[in-house]
Amino acid sequence: MFSDVLQDLLDEGLPLLGEHLVLVLSAILIASAIAIPLGVAIAAHPRARGIALGIANIGQTIPSLALFGFLIPIPFIGGIGAHTAIIALVVYALLPILRNTVTGILGVDATVRDSAVAMGMTRGQILRMVELPIAAPTIIAGLRIATVTTIGTATIAAAIGAGGLGVFIFRGIASVDKWQILAGAVPSALMALGADALLGWLEKRCSVG
Amino acid sequence: MPVVEFRRAGFRIGNRTILEDLTLSIEEGSTLVLLGRSGSGKTTALRLINGMIEPTSGEVLVDGRATTAWDRVRLRRSIGYVIQESGLFPHFTVARNVGLAPLLEGWPAAKINARVEELLQLVGLPAADFGNRLPRQLSGGQRQRVGVARALAADPKILLFDEPFGALDPVTRFDLQREFLRLRAELAKTSVFVTHDVQEAMKVATTIALLSEGKLAFAGTPEEFRASRHDEARAFLEVLEHV
Repeated sequence: MFSDVLQDLLDEGLPLLGEHLVLVLSAILIASAIAIPLGVAIAAHPRARGIALGIANIGQTIPSLALFGFLIPIPFIGGIGAHTAIIALVVYALLPILRNTVTGILGVDATVRDSAVAMGMTRGQILRMVELPIAAPTIIAGLRIATVTTIGTATIAAAIGAGGLGVFIFRGIASVDKWQILAGAVPSALMALGADALLGWLEKRCSVG
Repeated sequence: MPVVEFRRAGFRIGNRTILEDLTLSIEEGSTLVLLGRSGSGKTTALRLINGMIEPTSGEVLVDGRATTAWDRVRLRRSIGYVIQESGLFPHFTVARNVGLAPLLEGWPAAKINARVEELLQLVGLPAADFGNRLPRQLSGGQRQRVGVARALAADPKILLFDEPFGALDPVTRFDLQREFLRLRAELAKTSVFVTHDVQEAMKVATTIALLSEGKLAFAGTPEEFRASRHDEARAFLEVLEHV
């Protein structure tokens, strides 16, 4: 009897867990692809830095359910489904990654950058061999914050038909079934803890000594 | 032909003049000390040599060619640079720091390793003991030695020192000044050395160029400097007399 319930839960839950992972990974990959190069490009320019961080900050202040709602009627990028949800999640993930990339690059000691230039390193060599490795732990810390919050926020994506673990939660709320809510919330929380531990380990590994 | 030549070189930011009308030449194998107070333009003059900045008037010639006509990367790779606080890459081991310039120049690995060992030996930090350490595991004096080894790595013709021993305790500083003289005798490189310490200037210079508010106040040998009547030179010499 109990094992039947569990079996049902697994049959339905595993695909939802998979959807959730896809939502989160896609959002983080896209956000990184935008925010890390952008952060590198704007770090040295105070004006561009202020504008980009300001915009990313505004993105962060929009209530998540509202943002999902806003995106639905927008042609091409909007509509019902996972891609709309991913766009909203990207908007949220941008700020921590962008901010930490900028902080990390600015954290490179001026004498270190100076001696890299004086050694005749090219701009690309300085970025690849000096700035990015020194900034890596800070950038990964940003990825860590973005990933953990995205795993939580992604549960709301079910509201616009994007699937994921939020499906259990919304259904649980609608039918006042705490077990359904937990079936969505517990795996989501565990996923967040796992991501936090993994990226925390990576952050430490990239630190000097 | 002088190795480095300033021809009426000036540098200004907006309407603030940092360096004005500097004419000065540096002969092969000599050590020119740029002496002056903070803000006298001495570091600016140094950075004009390796093209970290470009003169806003006049020109600076390295090996007879204006720095602006050089390929910037090539120019800098032919000039070693030692900076205060060493500027070592914190995420590289001592050996990787020293071997970086040869690596950028595309030397084969075996040759780089041999060069790193040779240089660390030369500055008194044997590679077997120090090669795998990170900069933060060294003392300030040791870091500065590594900084010198790194600057020498690709065998540059010219060495620039920007207050290299400024942040060190007096005993370590004394030690490294002596080391500098030993290396100079051994390697016969052309050096330009920035300092505000007149004692250090007297000790390491073959020529002293005294800068005051962006202008050259005096240029000559340490003996000539001692005899100078110029106000700014007197001010520095007075410090010397009261040690």
